Amino acid sequence: MEFFRIRRDIPFMRHALVFNVISLITFLLAVVFLFAKGLHLSIEFTGGTLLEASYAEAPDVEKIRNRMLADGFLDPQVQTFGSSRDVLIRVPLAHDSETAKVSERVLASLAAAAEGRAPQLKRVEFVGPQVGKELASDGAMALLLVVIGIVLYLAVRFEWRFAISAIIANLHDVVIILGFFAFFQWEFSLPVLAAVLAVLGYSVNESVVVFDRVRETFKKKRQMTTPEVLNHAITSTISRTIITHGCTQMMVTSMLIFGGAALHYFALALTIGILFGIYSSVLVASPLVMWLGVSRAQFVTATKKKDEAVV
Amino acid sequence: MNRYPLWKNILVVVVLALGLLFTLPNFFGEAPAVQISSVKATIKVDAKTQERAVAALAAAAIAYDGILVDSNSIRVRLRDGDSQLRAKDALEKAFNPDPADASYSIALNLLSGSPQWLTSLHALPMYLGLDLRGGVHFLLQVDMKSALTKRLDATAADLRTLLRDKNLRHAGISREGASVVIRFRDAETRDKARALLGDSQPDLALTDSQDGADFKLGGTLKPSAEKRIQDYALKQNITTLHNRINELGVAEPVIQQQGADRIVVQLPGVQDTAKAKDILGRTASLEVRMVDDENSANAAVMDQAAHGQPPLGTDYYVERGGRGLLVRKQVVLTGDRLTDAQAGFDNQTHEPAVHLTLDAAGARIFKDVTRESVGKRMAILLIEKGRGEVVTAPVIRSEIGGGRVQISGRMSTTESSDVALLLRAGSLAAPMDIIEERTIGPSLGAENIEKGFHSTLWGFAAIAVFMSLYYLLFGFISVVALTCNVLLLFALLSLLQATLTLPGIAAIALTLGMAIDANVLINERIREELRIGESPQAAIRAGYERAWATILDSNVTTLIAGIALLIFGSGPIRGFAVVHVLGILTSLFSAVVVSRALVNFIYGSRRRVDKLSIGQVWKPGVEAKAG
Repeated sequence: MEFFRIRRDIPFMRHALVFNVISLITFLLAVVFLFAKGLHLSIEFTGGTLLEASYAEAPDVEKIRNRMLADGFLDPQVQTFGSSRDVLIRVPLAHDSETAKVSERVLASLAAAAEGRAPQLKRVEFVGPQVGKELASDGAMALLLVVIGIVLYLAVRFEWRFAISAIIANLHDVVIILGFFAFFQWEFSLPVLAAVLAVLGYSVNESVVVFDRVRETFKKKRQMTTPEVLNHAITSTISRTIITHGCTQMMVTSMLIFGGAALHYFALALTIGILFGIYSSVLVASPLVMWLGVSRAQFVTATKKKDEAVV
Repeated sequence: MNRYPLWKNILVVVVLALGLLFTLPNFFGEAPAVQISSVKATIKVDAKTQERAVAALAAAAIAYDGILVDSNSIRVRLRDGDSQLRAKDALEKAFNPDPADASYSIALNLLSGSPQWLTSLHALPMYLGLDLRGGVHFLLQVDMKSALTKRLDATAADLRTLLRDKNLRHAGISREGASVVIRFRDAETRDKARALLGDSQPDLALTDSQDGADFKLGGTLKPSAEKRIQDYALKQNITTLHNRINELGVAEPVIQQQGADRIVVQLPGVQDTAKAKDILGRTASLEVRMVDDENSANAAVMDQAAHGQPPLGTDYYVERGGRGLLVRKQVVLTGDRLTDAQAGFDNQTHEPAVHLTLDAAGARIFKDVTRESVGKRMAILLIEKGRGEVVTAPVIRSEIGGGRVQISGRMSTTESSDVALLLRAGSLAAPMDIIEERTIGPSLGAENIEKGFHSTLWGFAAIAVFMSLYYLLFGFISVVALTCNVLLLFALLSLLQATLTLPGIAAIALTLGMAIDANVLINERIREELRIGESPQAAIRAGYERAWATILDSNVTTLIAGIALLIFGSGPIRGFAVVHVLGILTSLFSAVVVSRALVNFIYGSRRRVDKLSIGQVWKPGVEAKAG
């Protein structure tokens, strides 16, 4: 079995502008949604209390909410989670000193609302205000470190033009994932942040495979022009690109199906990341490299230097 | 010819065998067990405790599978849940005859069911995080500012005494923010005071200033001293938490420092957060009271007191030696006045001793009391949960001034260090706030394991089927290599005892999905080489060699992302990152070295290979020829 029977190199570079415009529009849309709607941050970032409780029978969510309002909670969110019998309750951070006791008060409130059939507590999370701020800044630091690390590595291993294009193409993936989370108001939690950063590393690896081939082609096929080299590199790796991403996506889909609510958004972030990763790291990064003025000379001299060093 | 040198083949076999060995404990599941640990710092768990446990179990005719002793607990492995409960009752009776005054905590626990020889090789099952086994997680923030102010207040009191002793007149000592300020009427006195303080208070950085007619001398804590005080406060709080949590009877509590001023507490299996919080936040205190020597010597009165009728104004306590003691209700000193307690030796007799340091006010009180009560006994009590325990009740031999008190007599070195610890650990050095709390019910933990396992399993199955269909034998080899990757990853996680969490399981799944990339790269490359007309053997060699550079580059970038997560991540992110990074490393080995070893084994030694079983290799123009 072989999916890809490509006779000639596909002229990807002829449509380079189109790909980049599509990409730019998606990117701008994502930015607009990010600013207009903002991310629906989990309590890990905002601080607050979250409880997951399991009832024997499906409870009346509105009743629980009213009971909690009556008990003095400001703006509690009550929703079913996974099944109709599981309820997720979020209480924002209050300004009183007894924040650590909130979970007990919520439980008491739930027991009162259930009239005897008290729910079984499955999970409690309480996060104080100082932790949330740190998480956000740590996340930003991690992102920065990834970007710097990858740019340096690619600049040393390949060429600065590759490094810059790869990081632009893949950072825009990150923004697009965030844009999706903002648009649909999906919950942005710590595992999602981990997924986003993993996607960054993963899609750069995609660009690396193509760049590797670009370098090789420059050295081997002296008569080709730069766009032809890029077309050839993308065409000869396209089969691997699709199969690898297909395999990774099989795993992620399996997580979406079997992973339950806890892994849902994690898997969703990865799915978006993988889909846009293919597009951007191949069809956005390569034109960027071309426009930044990559040429055979950069690689040929590099080889000569290498030879001298060896001798 | 594609052959690995012998050492490379041996390496692959040895690594895989080790991988299998260390993964093995994960398959045995867990057996019920009972854990005995000491509640009191003065009581150690040792070989004698083990003998007692064995005797108690023999007396109750309960069969057990094994006994494990480590530095602070004994664990008895039992055959089933029923005998576990009976063993707990039997041990409870044997070790804690008086439930109100328990010296040991007897807790139900689970032990790995893997055979002894594996455990002795340190091959342990993976360490599951709280989200997989259920339990409580707290992150506590130590209020370092108040630890420092407390210290500065004590310093201010010390300075007052010091200046008075040296007859240096000052116009007031106060703490202003993070510094102690002494006012003087003239510069000369200030200079003298500065010289004095320079010698006697090495922790203070002194600065001169002038405020109208007043000459001021300001003292702030030096950064080194500040750091020492903070380290000390953190250590003491951790010790105190240890002691308190031991009483909860939690099987494997984790109490660790995180960063400069935070403590993580994880209590697996505990569901009652309210009780846990209560115990974590409880304050214990030290009290010094006088012993009622007359009545304590009177056997009749003592007998009555032992039955709950002590004379008016006194309390009945049992000393650590087991003798009864009557202590006056009036409190001479409390632990607030204690600044330090260290184990050491008596200068003259070289007996083990505990050196206490009191602050200035405490020192004054202590001096007065000891002057008046030479020849009498004083009791040092530790009050916890409203119940007191006499730590020691020494005889006062002479007036004790200067705030340095020594407790000695009839103590071994271990005992003296334990008492010092107890006195230090009695109360928290600085207040703590719970800034993060996570409780996961046991059912949710089991659910999470199941979900994570199923995600990985089905994802893996899908990849295995696809690869085997698309690349035939080479696909199958890739799947075997991927299986080796899982094996090595599990072995590494078990070996390092890294905590496996739900994000960690997600990382296993994701890493496997990404690891297959290396094999796809190799297989595609081999096909390509075949397409341009290379011989099968040459195609294998070129395929692996050419793909290697690409595989390395692409994995390094992924590794960079993983390491950044590891450095800056906490909680769930760290759990993800650890597995992700380890998985990338094992995948490099398994996808390249192991799969090549297999390919070499199958094709390498053949003199003639006509065709590789790698699926169809389509060549442009030769459409009809199927591969």
